[in-house]
Amino acid sequence: MTAQNDTLEVSVWRGSGVAGQFETFEVPAQDNQTILDVVSWIQHYADATLTYRFACRVGMCGSCAMMVNGRPRWTCRTHVKKVLNGGKVEIGPLRNLPIIKDLAVDMDPFFDKWVAAGGVHTPSASRADPIPAIDPGDHSRQVASAGIECINCSVCYAACDTVAGNPEYLGPAALQRAWTLYNDAKHEDRTDILAAVSGAGGCHNCHSMGSCTVYCPNDLDPMSAIAGLKRETARGFLRRRK
Amino acid sequence: MLDLRLYMLQRITALIMAPLTLGHIAVIIYAVQGGLSAAEILGRTQGSVFWFLFYGSFVLAVAVHAAIGLRVILHEWTGMTGTRLAALTWGVGLGLFVMGSKAVIAVTWPVGLP
Amino acid sequence: MRVARVHPLWLAYVLHRVSGLALALFLPLHFWVLSLALTQPERLDAFLNFADQPLVKLAEFGLIFLLAVHIFGGLRLMAMEWLPWSAPQKTLAAGALGVAFVISGTFFLQVV
Repeated sequence: MTAQNDTLEVSVWRGSGVAGQFETFEVPAQDNQTILDVVSWIQHYADATLTYRFACRVGMCGSCAMMVNGRPRWTCRTHVKKVLNGGKVEIGPLRNLPIIKDLAVDMDPFFDKWVAAGGVHTPSASRADPIPAIDPGDHSRQVASAGIECINCSVCYAACDTVAGNPEYLGPAALQRAWTLYNDAKHEDRTDILAAVSGAGGCHNCHSMGSCTVYCPNDLDPMSAIAGLKRETARGFLRRRK
Repeated sequence: MLDLRLYMLQRITALIMAPLTLGHIAVIIYAVQGGLSAAEILGRTQGSVFWFLFYGSFVLAVAVHAAIGLRVILHEWTGMTGTRLAALTWGVGLGLFVMGSKAVIAVTWPVGLP
Repeated sequence: MRVARVHPLWLAYVLHRVSGLALALFLPLHFWVLSLALTQPERLDAFLNFADQPLVKLAEFGLIFLLAVHIFGGLRLMAMEWLPWSAPQKTLAAGALGVAFVISGTFFLQVV
């Protein structure tokens, strides 16, 4: 490495609530380094008051998502080399959520909408009942399985322009969760889900711009899940009219 | 802001207009050959029940479709909500319907009637 | 904060919104001009003469283009939402429809 590349110029968002600005730090460059490593280095060696959130460091827990050069990313699995722009990188708090301080956002609206979309699993049988047999090759099981690897990192929620313009909108993660439960044979009342996603902030506000699917770090497809909800609710609507 | 009812209304009017729009484009391409004149247009359309129904249903569908579309844009770009948004939505729809109906009547009604 | 969100489906969304908005704003003018046919036919003819200029013709071409963009974008959207096809199937279907439209449109222009 040349001397010029020995440090990174890192802009980090600092501030509480709506007020704030970017602050620049010089961070030593390493051969292998993630964005989360960079943020941690700043907190350890440059400014101990920097606030951020992380837990597992291996892309399982979904707590370290931030905006990196304006794109939502899971920072623990985003290599600096992949996003570095002329020796510089800009790190900010997730979009579309209220900022608590620096890089930590308030995730409450995100999880509240999960519940509002019918995302709480209610089992169709108790532990006293025999376990129902589920065929893994069954179509609806495969549709349900397509969405279960969601880690609730809120990257899709931060990527979505519809959420940005329409604060009521439930957003891609919550709606994908609803679609997963709707296709889960072990979920108690599946028609309840269709009612929960048909309100003023429901799946019908989606414009299928697909940023959720483009940015999902786990390669999930919330846009198609939302399309599934639109299809089922439309079918229900037409059936009721007959 | 867009519930299931408005969504279905938007999609149904879109489906109604899909063939009408293609027909309209075909008419435009046909009509502009050799220039346009009021007499030529009216000669084709005035007193025709077919064109009255064609453009009448087109106007009805487009008034609803444009009103709902503008409602979404207004909400997302200006943050307007509630009664104001609803009033503006249906005001726009009604305005377009009235203006469109006047146009349809002007070009398809048999001469001298209204 | 800026978001780098430029990708094909996002552009399709922008195109659909911009074309829809432009068409909605154009409609009142269109309706008003046509309703002149009944009350003041001479003014309609004067307008049609004005519309014969190359620049106005270009704007009209733009309007037809917006209309075509909006209708095919809308059909794509409804196919995406309602038909349980795979994504490549939908892309193929939309492409085929677009090509069919261009070919039949060209044919139509040749005939009349």
